[in-house]
Amino acid sequence: MKPAPFDYMRPRDTSEAIAALAQGGGEAKLIAGGQSLGPMLNLRLARPKLLIDISGLEALRTMDEESEAWRLGAAVTHARIEDRRHDFRGCPLLPTVARDIAFRSVRNRGTVGGSMAHADPAADWPLALAALGATLLLQGPGGDRQIPADDFMAAAFTTALRDDEMIAAVRVPKFSPSARFGYFKFCRKVGEFPEASGAAVFDPETRIARVFVGALSGAPASLPGLARDVAERGSPAVTAEAVLAAVTAAAPTLSIIEQRMHAETVRRALRQILPT
Amino acid sequence: MGREDGVGGHVLRKEDDRFLRGRGSYVSDMVLPGQSEVAFLRSPVAHGYLRSIRKPAGSDGTIFTYEDLTGLNSIVSECAVPGFKMSELPPLARGKVRFVGEALAMTVAPTRAAAEDLAEQVEIDIDELPAIVDARASRATPAVRVHEDWDDNLFVTLNYENGFEAQARGAKVVVKRTVSLARQTMSPLEGKAVVAYWDDRADQLIVYTSTQVPHMIRIGLAEALGLDEGRLRVVSPDVGGGFGYKCVLQPEELCVAWLALTYRRPFRYIEDRREHLVVGAVARQHHYELTAYADETGRLLALDAEIMVDGGAYSSWPFTAGLEPGQAVGNLPGPYDFRGYRCKSMCAATNKPGFLPYRGVARTGVCLALELMIDAIAREVGREPWEVRHDNLVAQAQMPYDNVARKHYDSGDYQKCLRMARDKIDLDTWRARQRRGEPDGRRIGIGFASFCEQTAHGASVLASWGLPVIPGYDEASVRITPDGGAEVRVGVHSHGQGMETTLAQVANEILGIGLDKIRVIHGDTGATPFSTGTYASRSIVMAGGAVINACRLLVPRVEAIGAHLMQCATATVRYEDGRIVGPQSSTTLKEVAYAWHRRPDRLPPDCDLGGLEATVSYKPKVDTGVFSYASHAAVVAVDLELGHIEILDYVIAEDCGTMVNPMVVEGQTLGGVAQGIGTALYEESPYDENGQPLASTLADYLLPGAGEVPSVRIEHLQTPSPYSEFGIKGVGEGGAIAPPAVLFNAVNDALHDLGVEMSETPLTPHRLLAALERARSRTARTEPA
Ligand SMILES: Cc1cc2nc3c(=O)[nH]c(=O)nc-3n(C[C@H](O)[C@H](O)[C@H](O)COP(=O)(O)OP(=O)(O)OC[C@H]3O[C@@H](n4cnc5c(N)ncnc54)[C@H](O)[C@@H]3O)c2cc1C
Repeated sequence: MKPAPFDYMRPRDTSEAIAALAQGGGEAKLIAGGQSLGPMLNLRLARPKLLIDISGLEALRTMDEESEAWRLGAAVTHARIEDRRHDFRGCPLLPTVARDIAFRSVRNRGTVGGSMAHADPAADWPLALAALGATLLLQGPGGDRQIPADDFMAAAFTTALRDDEMIAAVRVPKFSPSARFGYFKFCRKVGEFPEASGAAVFDPETRIARVFVGALSGAPASLPGLARDVAERGSPAVTAEAVLAAVTAAAPTLSIIEQRMHAETVRRALRQILPT
Repeated sequence: MGREDGVGGHVLRKEDDRFLRGRGSYVSDMVLPGQSEVAFLRSPVAHGYLRSIRKPAGSDGTIFTYEDLTGLNSIVSECAVPGFKMSELPPLARGKVRFVGEALAMTVAPTRAAAEDLAEQVEIDIDELPAIVDARASRATPAVRVHEDWDDNLFVTLNYENGFEAQARGAKVVVKRTVSLARQTMSPLEGKAVVAYWDDRADQLIVYTSTQVPHMIRIGLAEALGLDEGRLRVVSPDVGGGFGYKCVLQPEELCVAWLALTYRRPFRYIEDRREHLVVGAVARQHHYELTAYADETGRLLALDAEIMVDGGAYSSWPFTAGLEPGQAVGNLPGPYDFRGYRCKSMCAATNKPGFLPYRGVARTGVCLALELMIDAIAREVGREPWEVRHDNLVAQAQMPYDNVARKHYDSGDYQKCLRMARDKIDLDTWRARQRRGEPDGRRIGIGFASFCEQTAHGASVLASWGLPVIPGYDEASVRITPDGGAEVRVGVHSHGQGMETTLAQVANEILGIGLDKIRVIHGDTGATPFSTGTYASRSIVMAGGAVINACRLLVPRVEAIGAHLMQCATATVRYEDGRIVGPQSSTTLKEVAYAWHRRPDRLPPDCDLGGLEATVSYKPKVDTGVFSYASHAAVVAVDLELGHIEILDYVIAEDCGTMVNPMVVEGQTLGGVAQGIGTALYEESPYDENGQPLASTLADYLLPGAGEVPSVRIEHLQTPSPYSEFGIKGVGEGGAIAPPAVLFNAVNDALHDLGVEMSETPLTPHRLLAALERARSRTARTEPA
């Protein structure tokens, strides 16, 4: 279980990283925390000729508060978010999610950008950032572009990212002080990827209402009908039947047992924000 | 016993200083000049004819297949049980592959990565055959055979009957159940690891291997290599967990030893985690069909069982594929007093890695099977499960007790032990809380399980099996050093059992030498006397007994020299706490040691020429085993929506005879419980219908971690065995035996009124929810709309 031979470089800045990526022509790969790519290399499932290590690039490691959003560099680690180096005003869900990813040694190295790019269906950031309505900032030889987190992941381990592009940052919008956030995942053991996960974000001031279910066979799925219903009617809308119906419609290929498990997970996320 | 650091002492483990500081020394820590790393190319298919293996040009001396291994024999383990079919495990595949992960070729390079690169260049051509994945189905399809020279797929079928018909006849209560355990790994932190080199000065092949049984490995390797045993030295350094995975001869040991013998330089192989999860999926997979016959109070009258062990492709050396089904038949009746038993126990060959004896050998399965039956009987007769269990346990007054499977239970109070567990878990309080219901909707369940465990059984039990090596006498050698310390040499191996401390404690009990001056030397055939090794919870009884007797042999010699030094008659002195006490004066062991080694002029003219060193062999007076026993009790909360099980409390009442060190007993027990929780709730090596393993990384193979293992509260009873030195019994395995039984009983206690009874390991959320779903649709069908 050792990787096939590869070359390794530490670019000086993002433009050098992007140039190397473009030059690699599909045989080069970025590495950030290596917490997902490392195992893939060791199992020889990933066999890049060149690894471009972006974990040290200052431009990707900053966390900035903007007036309407928090901007997280792609190479910011889960641990730095967990440790609340900032107050994450308007975005309290960020450290809550970060804290429960894997265990500390993984969080010390694993990054937001790596998690989004790796696109594990059960991962936390693809679910949380979609529910938060975040935007990914991508950089490539052809320039920069932006894409909503909800549209970024196409399927399991498949994203909208082109071979020569990298994630530079994610921009997470701030919510009003009356916004409520729910996040629940069911893991068989501490630090394990979840069997099922659910996220809910409601902001009465901006009338944002989002409910997502995660740990499916593909990308997290939005449950807009349920979200609307809950926003309008509150707790009475969160019946086991209603949630199950919404999850079943969004993930029809799951077994009934999995649908129930996912529905319950979503219900518990909702219960965190609704009066019982 | 009398001494603070002797038998019974709460003493911190001597070895922990190096382990806790990360200074243990494992095979992986060894780097020898010019050492090459070895990798194995392993079969990607479960069953097929090996048509060809093509090596790239110029790979001589770096890539090896079976044909290259001149002079290396296969692993064949004889067994005298009638009808037993032997298998031949070649060190690298020959003609046929029989499981995914079987070694096809071996590559050698300066680094492991380069050796793996080489392995990728080998082209293999295998004609696939249908794979036998299900042990029970293998009986139905004898056309496909794992070993073609057999006429079916059964290694062995054992039939046992004792009083069955007479006892079962007329029973008021008859309960039938099916119980299954998944295949799993043992997952020691350190997998297989071996480094071998040729020592010209010693004219010996030196093999460092991570093993529990260095002396047996020397026998096995010598036979496989055709080498005199004197030209082979096997050393087992620190070992990061054995659990039975390392008590057998491994093909990788053969291959690496052959390389070193052939090329006369160092070679090393380290199993990685992925190899372990594939090649090491070798344990626990049993299937039971059971019928219990009881009276209307739940008194067990007779038990009828059919047991199928999924044996994998190859029989191990020296324990064979017969061990597991044999232990299953013998241990199924458990700690209970009943007189009718019929059991058919089989071991099938399947296209999976060969079964190995895992901590608690067969007992974890039989305990689960029988304890589920006891609870099922209790529900059938409407009584508390612990009560029915209690009424069926062998009573103290019956000891020693010869049970229905002709096991001889030496001593103990099984019923008191169960009552201690009941009181410690506080059953009544939990029952009340259970009736009230939980505010969060979870369901509470309380479970019990009792077992007794044959430990340190010897030749009289195992000789009739006709295995290649039968355990008999264990040897120990004790030597007083010139400064009055002691060196204790034993042929067993300590790899987590704390024997560098406990064997020092038994020596201290007799000789009174401080623990810091007693050095326990083990794990090296070049430095220790013979033992078959550490397995079957035998070492503290066997090696401990030998150490005690060696120490005792030294006492009169020390007294004689001491008396002479004090100018008094030998008969007037006595040995006490490291001192020789005479009528007027006393002297010390240190003075005696000084005289013996450095001032022979002071010695008595007729002194014992055995000197201050003694090697002694030992086995207990009765060697059918000394039986430890325990009752476990647990409380769980079951989340009916998510299928999650939380362990709220877990207690153990146990009796392993006289405890040499209560802290070591508890450590052994806790480690076993963690593994038992793994068996119960997490660990599973599933296969698809083609025999492809589906859990080959730790992302798919779940092991319990710190978050999943509750704090376990342990209570002790100490009933000395009449047969062993100081009444010591073995305790290395017990912790791993009862957790599946107790947790399944607890979950079933929570759910039985919903029509759910779980009986298949591991108890995953998916299995639990599926059972709830089935129960729901059953009631929906039977209830009028
Ligand atoms: C034991 C364990 C448990 C885990 N449990 C969880 C969990 O519960 N929840 C969870 O969400 N995650 C979990 N993870 C995954 C962890 O969060 C990883 O950190 C994350 O998935 C990948 O981040 P990374 O920085 O390590 O990426 P890497 O492994 O370095 O890279 C992963 C992929 O992303 C690409 N990539 C990296 N950075 C960029 C970029 N800026 N732009 C474009 N592509 C990029 C790489 O090329 C690669 O393809 C777990 C990991 C482990 C080892």
